Amino acid sequence: MRHALFTLLKRDLLLAFRQPSELINPLIFFLIVVSLFPMGLKPETPFLPMMGAAVIWVAALLASMLSLDSMFRADMEDGSLEQILLSPWPLPLLALTKILAHWLISGIPLVVMAPLLGLMFNLPAEGISALVVTLLLGTPVLSLIGAIGVALTVSLRRGGVLLSLLVLPLYIPVLIFGAGSVWDASLGLSIRGPVLFMGAILVLALTLAPLAVAGALRISLE
Amino acid sequence: MWVWFHKLGSPPYFYRLSSRLLPWLAVATLISFVVGTIWGLFYAPSDYQQADTSRIMYIHVPAAMFSMSIYMVIAAAGAVTLIWRIKLADLVAAASAPIGASYTFIALITGSLWGRTMWGDTYWEWTDPRLMSELILFFLYLGYMALNAAFEDRRRAARAAAVLALVGVVNIPIIHYSVEWWTSLHQGSTTRGMQFAATIYPSMRYPLYLMMLAFAFFYAQLMFKNTRCLLLESERNNSWVKEMVTQHDAA
Repeated sequence: MRHALFTLLKRDLLLAFRQPSELINPLIFFLIVVSLFPMGLKPETPFLPMMGAAVIWVAALLASMLSLDSMFRADMEDGSLEQILLSPWPLPLLALTKILAHWLISGIPLVVMAPLLGLMFNLPAEGISALVVTLLLGTPVLSLIGAIGVALTVSLRRGGVLLSLLVLPLYIPVLIFGAGSVWDASLGLSIRGPVLFMGAILVLALTLAPLAVAGALRISLE
Repeated sequence: MWVWFHKLGSPPYFYRLSSRLLPWLAVATLISFVVGTIWGLFYAPSDYQQADTSRIMYIHVPAAMFSMSIYMVIAAAGAVTLIWRIKLADLVAAASAPIGASYTFIALITGSLWGRTMWGDTYWEWTDPRLMSELILFFLYLGYMALNAAFEDRRRAARAAAVLALVGVVNIPIIHYSVEWWTSLHQGSTTRGMQFAATIYPSMRYPLYLMMLAFAFFYAQLMFKNTRCLLLESERNNSWVKEMVTQHDAA
């Protein structure tokens, strides 16, 4: 079984790297959205570092949501999703593997880019390290919750706006804890509480989301 | 007991039962609403600190309470849809969603008006966890209805929406316990268990009970009506609907 999961992971990563534009476009979107805010504000205002945490986090939510559709859509269209459903291996684990692939492709680059954007917003060093830590804990949750939304809407021809309606409300807790702890860290406060909370959310999503994704995929493909 | 449940799942039986229940529910709603409103707004004593603004309570508390309960009805009906594939459960869930969304909206609006007078110069407090989680609940209702409307195949819509409803259940305990877990502007719960008798005086408690009943009856009435419409629509090609319509025409 480990072999099957590993093959699936390798296949998804390979497919993503063969089409680098799909991989890079959400990142460019992330960069552009984040830099729109300082342009909209007067750059010399003192609000900039205050807004940085929220802006970077919201842009991360949107960027991760943009790339969600690729998780199951192409597989649905060429029929390989049906083969995955028919395979003898447990579907929740297969779904988890695909989610892991999505996180490696879309989440990790966001985490890597975040310190740079933090500098653009004049965040202090503590804030930037908090940003990296919370994004590292938060982006897998975004992929996990998002996967439920995609699995529910994958059989619809136009899932785009609907997907955001379903997924964004469920992203809110991650946003609150993530952006909140960056802000606290910038003020020199301890961020243990919110970070532990995000860890708890991650564990919860990790255990329950694959089951929901598997159920939703079965409904979408029946 | 189980026989009764099976009977309840059958559309013609449900239709007949609900047409017998509806007039009673209408009367009960009317009486409890009229008496509760008049009692709460005119006869119940006003709070010694909040003066007459505390009377918002008679709308706000029942609406907020049932905004959560109706979500639980939808989630439970969703579980029934997924496990036993009873069509009626899905229709009840679909019929409840708009009512639940309206209750949530009422709770948010009345809460914001109440907060404006009591918490100071603000209609909305972004840092308050209970306000946030109630707002998320409102979004969940909207997402649920959007997903329900997106599928052409009614059965698939039902099951997809049921999964979403079950995922959203995570939010319900967060709303309920938010006032205890985090320090917040919103006051703690007064309406739970034995404490209720001690924390709120009978002259204010009874009209509040009555308004809760009114909101429950009103929900039941609207839910039955909505479900009947959805039922007729989805069963329009079945013989019992045709028989009923022709009988009605003949009479």
